[in-house]
This record gives sequence, C-alpha cells and structure tokens, in this order.
Amino acid sequence: MHFASLAASGESTGYPEQLPLLPHPAEMIVGVIAFAVLYWLFASKVVPNMEKLYAERAAAIEGGMAQAEEAQAQAQAALDQYNAQLKDARGEAARIREEARTQGAAIVEELRGQAQAEAGRITDSAHRQIEAERSSAAASLRGEVGRLSTDLASKIVGESLHDEVRQKGIVDRFLAELESGAISAEKVER
Amino acid sequence: MSLNVLSVQLMTSLAAEGDTFETPGVRSFWWPLVGGDHDNFAFTRPSLVMILSVVFLGWFFVSTTRRLALVPSKRQWLTEQTYDFVRNTIARDVIGTKDFRRFLPLLFTLFTLILVNNIAGIIPFVQYPTTSRIAFPIVLTLVVYVVYHVVGIRSKGGIGKYLGGMVPAGLPGWLKPIMFVLELLTYFFVRPLTLALRLFGNMMAGHLMLLVFILGGEYLLLHGDNFALKGAGVLSFAFSILMTAFELLIEFLQAFIFTMLTALYLADSLSEHH
Repeated sequence: MHFASLAASGESTGYPEQLPLLPHPAEMIVGVIAFAVLYWLFASKVVPNMEKLYAERAAAIEGGMAQAEEAQAQAQAALDQYNAQLKDARGEAARIREEARTQGAAIVEELRGQAQAEAGRITDSAHRQIEAERSSAAASLRGEVGRLSTDLASKIVGESLHDEVRQKGIVDRFLAELESGAISAEKVER
Repeated sequence: MSLNVLSVQLMTSLAAEGDTFETPGVRSFWWPLVGGDHDNFAFTRPSLVMILSVVFLGWFFVSTTRRLALVPSKRQWLTEQTYDFVRNTIARDVIGTKDFRRFLPLLFTLFTLILVNNIAGIIPFVQYPTTSRIAFPIVLTLVVYVVYHVVGIRSKGGIGKYLGGMVPAGLPGWLKPIMFVLELLTYFFVRPLTLALRLFGNMMAGHLMLLVFILGGEYLLLHGDNFALKGAGVLSFAFSILMTAFELLIEFLQAFIFTMLTALYLADSLSEHH
C-alpha cells in the first residue's frame, strides 16, 4: 500500500519498506551494464584467445606425437643397424675362424707332404747308394770270381789258362750262361 | 502509517546503540552509498561491488589470455582451469560438441560473474554478496531467458514451430493440451523464476545467517550479563567461521548451478525433438 501510494504519487521509492525484496532500479542498470561489458570483453578477447590456445595445444600434442613416432622410428633404425653390424661382425669372426682352421689344416698337410717327400727322397738316395754299392760289389766280385775260377780251373786242368782267359770272353760267357741258368751245376759236374 | 514504521525503525536503530539487539534482516542489505533511502537511483554498495568485480574479472582474464603460452604460468593455469571447467564440464558435456562454442562467452561470463559476486560475500572488507540483491539475478536471468527463447525459435524455425515443439511427441491426444500448458508455464514462467530466485535466495539466506551469527555473537560477547552468555558469543563467532567455509561451497555451487541450468536450457532449445 505504501509502495503503491508512493508509486502513484510519482515519487521515487528507493528502499520499498512494504515490499523490501523489489529490485532496485539503479542496481538493475548497473547489472545490465556490468554484464554487457564483461560479455563484450570475454567474447572479443578471452574466449577467442583461449580457443586458439586449445587449437594450438591440440596441434602441439599431435605434432609431439608425430615427433615421438619419428624418434621411435629412428631408434628402431639404429637398433636394426646395430643388430646388422653385430651380425656382420659375428659372421666375420666365424669366417676368420674358419679360414684359420683351414689354413692350419693346409699348413699341417703341407708340412706332412714335405716330410713325406723328404723321407722318400732319403729312402731313394739310400736305395740308390745300396744299389750302386751292390753293383760295384757285383762288378768286383765278377772280376774276382773270374780270376778265382780260372785259377781253380787251371789248377784242375793243370795248365795255365791265364793267357787264353785273358781274352775274358770265355769267363764272361760262362758267367752269363751261369746267371741265365743255361748251365746248371750238374752239367758242370758231369 | 509510513511515518509510524519509520519512527519505529529509527527508535530501534537508536536503541541498538545502547543495549537492545537489532535483528539483522532484509533491511541490512539496503546500503546506499550515494543517494538516500527514497532515491530510486541511489548508488548502492552492491552496485560498487558489481562494478569492481567486472573490473577485476576483465583485468584478470584479459591480462592472462593476452599472451598465452603452451606451457602455462601460475595465473594462466588458474584461467585455464576456470575456462576448462566452463568449457568442457558445463558447455561441451551439456550442449554437445557441435554447438557449444558459440555459447562459451555467455556461459563463461555468467559463471565468472556470479562466482566472484557470490564469493564477494566472504572476501574480507568487501563482504557483500552482490547476488543477494535480487536486481542482479533478475538481470542475469533476463539475459538467459531472452537468449534461450531466441535460440529455440531460430533452431526450430519460427515461433509457431517453437511453441508446437514444446509438446513431446507420441502423447495421446487428450494429454496434449495439458502438457502444452505445463510446458508453456515451464518455459515462460517457472524456469526464469526459479533461476533468479534460487540464486538470490541462497545468497541472501546464507549472508543473513552469517550476519546473525556474527552480530549476535558480538552482542552476546559485549552485552552479555554473565559468562555463560559471553561464552555463547564466542561459540557463535566460532560457528560463523564454520559457516563461512560452508558459504564458500554454496557460493561456488550456486554459480555452477546457474551456469549449468543455462546450458541445459540452451541444449533444450537446440535439440531437434523436445
């Protein structure tokens, strides 16, 4: 009633005693202006900047992920390279070992061959020496046996056959026949 | 009669200087700085707080977002947390990823403005929740009211379709008029009323309670006749501290609820089917 009468009389009320919860006009004006100013600030500056940041951050995260993938790929490549190198080195080592083994075997074989050859050579020379000595012995024996035989025969026959035998042909022929078996011991005894 | 009331008020306020206790009430929220009790355009204390809050919010958010770094500083972090809360928790989750971006300025303005003006109730030396003066919730609600109706009319393609879309599909014929009236009341009357009154009521009641505990405690402590009453005064003070912590929760919650409901109304207006 109080408010109504005041309003009817056209006076300002300010604080309405009868209806104390009525909005105060000045505060509503301040509220509208405050909201409008803040909305303008936020809509023109804060929100666009923040949205830009969100977009940038999303891009940065995606970029970071790409970078991480790249780094991972690089690490994988390095690992592969390292593994390949290791494999190469292992192969190299195995190859060297194998080579050494075959070389060793070859050396042993070669030495063995050399030793065998040396042994053969020594044996051969020994053989040859023995043969030479045997043939020289045989030659001297042949002369000796001829002389002894002719001596013996001259003693048996009682005449010296030395002059005839000196022609040597008879003794030689006899010995050759003896060797070839054409004249046996019985034949001589008979 | 008006003289009577005024004289009674004057007497009680004079008496309060002495021994009697003046109960804090709605009158405690009337605090003109420029202009008198009967001036409709008196510049009041909550108006000053509102202006200061806008200056603070504008300065803080503009200065922290002018040069944004991908790796935030402390102040930028605070800005980001607040923005993230409004953007993702309220706007994106309620309105949906398709349309939420164009409402971000509105929702962010509402949330920060209401939050700071609520918390002003417990900031030392300010100690006045601006939103406990109904003019401010009414203004904010009017903005929301206009926006969600306009958005609804635009997205449905005309006022007729907007009103027609209020009736849920698949209802039996006899229920349609009843539902239409109920929905009409909801959209045009209940929603704005509850939105404004919820914020205003919570803030005013909470602040009034703090006033009662603090002024009552002061009165008991200074004017109490015996030690029991003085002890009750101390207890009252202690409880006011507890209530202040509780107020902080309510103040945040009311800002959140107001913004959340705005987002819900907007989502409702945007939806294809009601």
